[in-house]
Amino acid sequence: MDMTQMNMWEQLIFYFSENGLYIWSQFIRHFLISIYGVLFAGIIGIPLGFWISRHGKLADWVIGAANVIQTIPSLAMLSILMLGLGLGVNTVVTTVFLYSLLPIIKNTYAGVQSVDKNILDSGKGMGMTRWQLTYIVELPLALSIIMAGIRNAMVVGIGVTAIGTFIGAGGLGDIITRGVNVTDGGAIILAGAIPTALMAVISDLFLGWIEKKLDPTKNKKILS
Amino acid sequence: MIEFKNVSKVYKGGKKAVNNVNLTFNDGEFIVFIGTSGSGKTTSMRMINRMIEPTSGQILINGEDIMKRDPVQLRREIGYVIQQIGLMPHMTIYDNIVMVPKLLKWPEDKQRESAERLLAKVDLPKDFLTRYPAELSGGQQQRIGVIRALAANQDIILMDEPFGALDPITRDALQELVKELQEEMGKTFIFVTHDMDEALKLADRIVIMQNGEVVQFDTPDNILAEPANQFVEDFIGEDRLIQARPNIQTVDQVMIKNPISVTPGKSLSEAIRIMRDKRVDSLFVTDDAGVLKGYVDIERIDRNRKRATSVGDIMIDKVYFVREGTLLRDTVQRILKRGFKNIPVVDNKGRLIGLVTRTSLVDVVYDTIWGEEEEELAKASVFETTIPEESKE
Repeated sequence: MDMTQMNMWEQLIFYFSENGLYIWSQFIRHFLISIYGVLFAGIIGIPLGFWISRHGKLADWVIGAANVIQTIPSLAMLSILMLGLGLGVNTVVTTVFLYSLLPIIKNTYAGVQSVDKNILDSGKGMGMTRWQLTYIVELPLALSIIMAGIRNAMVVGIGVTAIGTFIGAGGLGDIITRGVNVTDGGAIILAGAIPTALMAVISDLFLGWIEKKLDPTKNKKILS
Repeated sequence: MIEFKNVSKVYKGGKKAVNNVNLTFNDGEFIVFIGTSGSGKTTSMRMINRMIEPTSGQILINGEDIMKRDPVQLRREIGYVIQQIGLMPHMTIYDNIVMVPKLLKWPEDKQRESAERLLAKVDLPKDFLTRYPAELSGGQQQRIGVIRALAANQDIILMDEPFGALDPITRDALQELVKELQEEMGKTFIFVTHDMDEALKLADRIVIMQNGEVVQFDTPDNILAEPANQFVEDFIGEDRLIQARPNIQTVDQVMIKNPISVTPGKSLSEAIRIMRDKRVDSLFVTDDAGVLKGYVDIERIDRNRKRATSVGDIMIDKVYFVREGTLLRDTVQRILKRGFKNIPVVDNKGRLIGLVTRTSLVDVVYDTIWGEEEEELAKASVFETTIPEESKE
């Protein structure tokens, strides 16, 4: 089999058939790195978002800080974190975590703020405790907006993870860099880039679907 | 019983929303707070379930200081309805209605029983229970808002302009509904509004507030009869005051004073002369003390002038009269039903002091329709100066 005789498309199919398992394992690795980063950001960011929505003055500070993190270029961020955390997966997960914080905190804050003050007033007036108001009223009503933040974070996270290959974290970025480094590596680049793009698009669509399902104003269609 | 004792609320920045308010509401009363915006009416109401806490003074419910109670527990015992309805959009109507029973951890079957019973009370079909608030009209939503406030057998219901955002027809229907529910269930309603018609229609007693102070606290009838000051009068509005007048006006206010009368000893010719001079066709007969004895009219004198000499011989001694202080509305009915031309007014000793004629009623009806109150008053005072005031109390 002479690779030079094949066109790009055939090369791509050949690469897939030969290295399918490898691509799959990198795909999973890539996916998990992104998921972990976003998940940790959710665990920290959602409660933080609720907290700053109760303390209006802090909101500007917290969101401002998250904004600053967001403006640092991802490669720079990776390098800085690498100095502290060393090479490997953990550094990339941390980077994804930091990038996910802003959309998640911001959307949680916006979601909680968007809950109709009158609904909160009537909830409180009926005798709900602060905690009951949060999980019976605010959380369900803000959930779809929070979900939009997570969706945003996920797409950004998948992109950041692709760069993680530079500090040896693996993932689909590995395949892309390999393609870049060899002569005529177009097919290999595609073999890494297409699954990355697909992952981003599919996660976006899937989370978008969940977001819609959670929209409290649409739920009447589920049950009636 | 709910008591306000020297209650004041001062907001940050020194704005006094409520200033030294003292009120006592009895159980089962329908109390309406009314006032312009910023008068402190909503603040006063919201202090009852501690949504706003007083700066000084005490609020007692059944003798117990509410500041010593757990606010969450207190609020679960008090129904709460707001203008924006505030139904939870992500919950079914059922879950919305049983919100407080659920917080109180009632057994499920008791919750369902309560929801179904109340839903039937407001004439909504049972299948509404599985729907969502967005599928209901504004009026239906507020019906749910009202029964949600009753679902846990609360004894006190607070309502903050609950019907302000509804169209007039729906509002009327809901006002009647609320009044019926209140009378049927005997609960204490505290209702805030800026609509005087609503207040007059619903209230047992009205609290009129201005600049954080209670201007007047009384029944609708008394407020209409005696507005405490110019502010209350303006707030009630001239139209309503005039319209309310026939209901609360007494005969004293419209009667003609010093009606023409003769004593029984006068001769018929003298009586005729008096009639001619005063241009009337009948005379009341009174004794020397002014006590009403009967009356004579021109036909009777004419028929009997050959046989009788004195008024006392021919007078009709059966006279319908009303006592001073009688409500005009009762008198109107008597005059119209029996077809009297006029009806005498006597004081508590039976002395004739005035006369209500069909013409006086014309004035009243005219006032009600056209409301030319001031012109009418001016006329009356001119009229009074031409006659010596003797019988004025």
